[in-house]
Amino acid sequence: MSAQAQGGGDVPPLLELSAVSKSFGGVAAIKDVDFRLFEGEIHGLIGENGAGKSTSMKVIAGVHSDYDGVMRVGGRQVRFRNARDALDAGIGMVHQELSTVPDLSVAENVFLGQQPLTRFGTVDWRRINREARRLIASLGLDIDPTTTMGALPVGIQQLVELSRVLFSGARIIILDEPTSALSPPEVKRLFDVLRKIRADGRGIVFISHFLDDVLEISDSVTVFRNGRTVASGPATGLSKDEMISSMIGRGSIGMHMGESAELASDDSKPVVMEAEAIGDGKMLRDVSLKLRAGEITGVYGFMGCGQIEFARAAFGKIPLQQGRILVDGEEISFRSTADAKSRGIAFVPENRSMMLFRSEPIYKNVSIAILERIHRLLLKPDAERSITKTHIDDLQIKTQGADMELGSLSGGNQQKVALAKWLTHLPKVLILSEPTRGMDVGAKEDVIRIIKKLRDQGVAILVLSSEPETILTLADRVTVLRKGVVAKEFSSGVLHKADLLSAA
Amino acid sequence: MQEAGETKAGGLKAVLTDQLRNIAPVFTLMVLVIFFSAASPSFFTADNFMNILSQVSITAIIAVGLTFVILTAEIDLSVAAIANAVGITLAYFTLQPEYVNIANLPLNGVIAIVLTLATAVVFGLVTAFGVTWIGIPSFIMTLAMMQIANGVSALLVRGQIAYNYPDLITTLGTESVFGIRWTIIVAVLFLAAGHFVLKYTRYGRYIYMTGGNREAAEYSGVNVKFIIGSVLVIGAVCSGVAGMLAVAYFGSAQQNQFDTYLLDAIAAVVVGGTSLFGGRGGIGNTIVGLLVLGVLNNGLDHIQIDSFLKILIRGLILLSALIINVYAQRLREKG
Repeated sequence: MSAQAQGGGDVPPLLELSAVSKSFGGVAAIKDVDFRLFEGEIHGLIGENGAGKSTSMKVIAGVHSDYDGVMRVGGRQVRFRNARDALDAGIGMVHQELSTVPDLSVAENVFLGQQPLTRFGTVDWRRINREARRLIASLGLDIDPTTTMGALPVGIQQLVELSRVLFSGARIIILDEPTSALSPPEVKRLFDVLRKIRADGRGIVFISHFLDDVLEISDSVTVFRNGRTVASGPATGLSKDEMISSMIGRGSIGMHMGESAELASDDSKPVVMEAEAIGDGKMLRDVSLKLRAGEITGVYGFMGCGQIEFARAAFGKIPLQQGRILVDGEEISFRSTADAKSRGIAFVPENRSMMLFRSEPIYKNVSIAILERIHRLLLKPDAERSITKTHIDDLQIKTQGADMELGSLSGGNQQKVALAKWLTHLPKVLILSEPTRGMDVGAKEDVIRIIKKLRDQGVAILVLSSEPETILTLADRVTVLRKGVVAKEFSSGVLHKADLLSAA
Repeated sequence: MQEAGETKAGGLKAVLTDQLRNIAPVFTLMVLVIFFSAASPSFFTADNFMNILSQVSITAIIAVGLTFVILTAEIDLSVAAIANAVGITLAYFTLQPEYVNIANLPLNGVIAIVLTLATAVVFGLVTAFGVTWIGIPSFIMTLAMMQIANGVSALLVRGQIAYNYPDLITTLGTESVFGIRWTIIVAVLFLAAGHFVLKYTRYGRYIYMTGGNREAAEYSGVNVKFIIGSVLVIGAVCSGVAGMLAVAYFGSAQQNQFDTYLLDAIAAVVVGGTSLFGGRGGIGNTIVGLLVLGVLNNGLDHIQIDSFLKILIRGLILLSALIINVYAQRLREKG
């Protein structure tokens, strides 16, 4: 198979990109990308977040039409103007976020938007159900096509979406992170289906962070780094370590900020908060974690690994379905975020807009979390303003004053306001989800400095992120989550980015 | 920094955008007053002015509670039905003449008033429970409560009419002091108290912030369920007080006598410029809204106009207020 993937002298590739580049506002997202997909091939695509995988796939799927370079489908040069063109050329995509309609039946989902009609112009239900049954059975699955989609497990829903793509006649199928939400038996079933599709002579692009999965299913692998394709070749004989070093760049280990870090955990520090085998009944299972005063605990994992849910469970935003949470050794069950706050727990979610009031002045944004400390009953806006003024100076928030509307601030400065909410009276535990995501370098450094200062002041800090650099820059100890369970824990020695990628 | 500068540079236009919801109702009020003053000599008089105040006083008390509810981006459709049920409950606890053949449990006046107020609180608690604990959208929950309150009214009066109330309520509902009706004084007290709570207390700030961005309030450790539940109780209590005064004001307690009050109270809040999406507006807006409605209703009686057309005109005024309300919100979100 790899011979076919590599050879191809007489058979033109199903899909070929030659020196494709695309930039956004002068910044190159991908540069000189070369990529070839052959008939009957499963081609793994790996690389870190922002390495250029998504941009390349968007070019292929017709989302971006203004790129440099050449794309060929079946040997013919093409340039898609929109997603419709790509579909017509036989390119189908299954996204990480499924686009199925949960309230419709399986058959309706398969035929979504292209239902066959009877002579009278009504929907031909008999044919829809018959055809859907046939199509699903051809993938080796046994599902009643009249079942409601939402009642099926995610793994099956994904296969139904895949069969919709197949039904639409796609010869080139792009799968984006198809295994991130699947359990091991579901992954196995997906792979069985993919092998069947491959046997039909179709080509599959398999994008994933899960390198073991890539190694197991792919015939060839292409690695992206910094917007370029840095390696491409047969999967046979390739090791996970080779893939990782190619993803993060050989020789650069330890040279840049966030490439590696010396962990400085200290078991003698008191445990302030403890999660014991907690789960939310969906994403999260049996996760245990200890947060210590004066220490930053990092939780690393790919998007969808359960870190979002963990943070919310620890702040009383979503209820626990299993396990328990202890604060200062005492078991606590949070009925609301107000409960968590009164226990000294603070949370800054990954999306700033979730905790900020855009059209209110900065001082009201800062004071909302501490109103009860400022005044018993009546408001004292001047006290709120002066507290806010202090934070603006301390955190170097760039604004004309505490009365400016929050929406007038830049993203990084908004993030500082989100932090400032919890800094007037130091919390016992500070939970930060993606604290530096999407920030410019200057603001990022400011935020990192603030977080470390809080750690030194004795706050127990939990940082959750899907960016290895964030974790390596901040954490004193690290827990790696993988599909909702703890995959690995690091508490001492030098931790490399490669260790995180390999454990997740 | 740059963006902050832009906001300032916007100058007059920015201020107008920001204040559209406050300016439009005042402007409407002025236009209506000028129009009716020109159209009818009997309109612009001190007597008629007191008339208007008296006519909106009951609506005003209901509207205070409704302002709280709408500021949190919820709605209460049961306010008028609860006012009706509470007014009838008051009659139930007061000795009625023998010829009035209704359910009756005569009590001491003060006890009757306290028990009746407790009834209003219970209505509010049931709504709050349904909305915050069970998670029924307030629109549907209060629709059910409207029906339930109407059912309570129906069971208590059974198509009859009651006439007697505790002395205190009769005084407040029918008499004046220094030439000002007590209902106006009570309404002003409620408006003042509502304004004070919303603008100067922590609880009021939580109401605005919850309405402005519920998720952010929750992530800031505000007990959002408590805030929403409590405004629904406040809404029911305001309705209850209005209902008690109104039965005395009307001189009778019977089924369906509050039918126009639901629309009037919602209209007063919305016409005044309080955002249906929560977080913007307040009692000041509600006062202007009440006056717009009062002037409109009263003024249309002063000019010769088809009384059936009046209903249509009120509907059109409400529609324009809704358009401005939604438009003002959109302008803000853009800006």
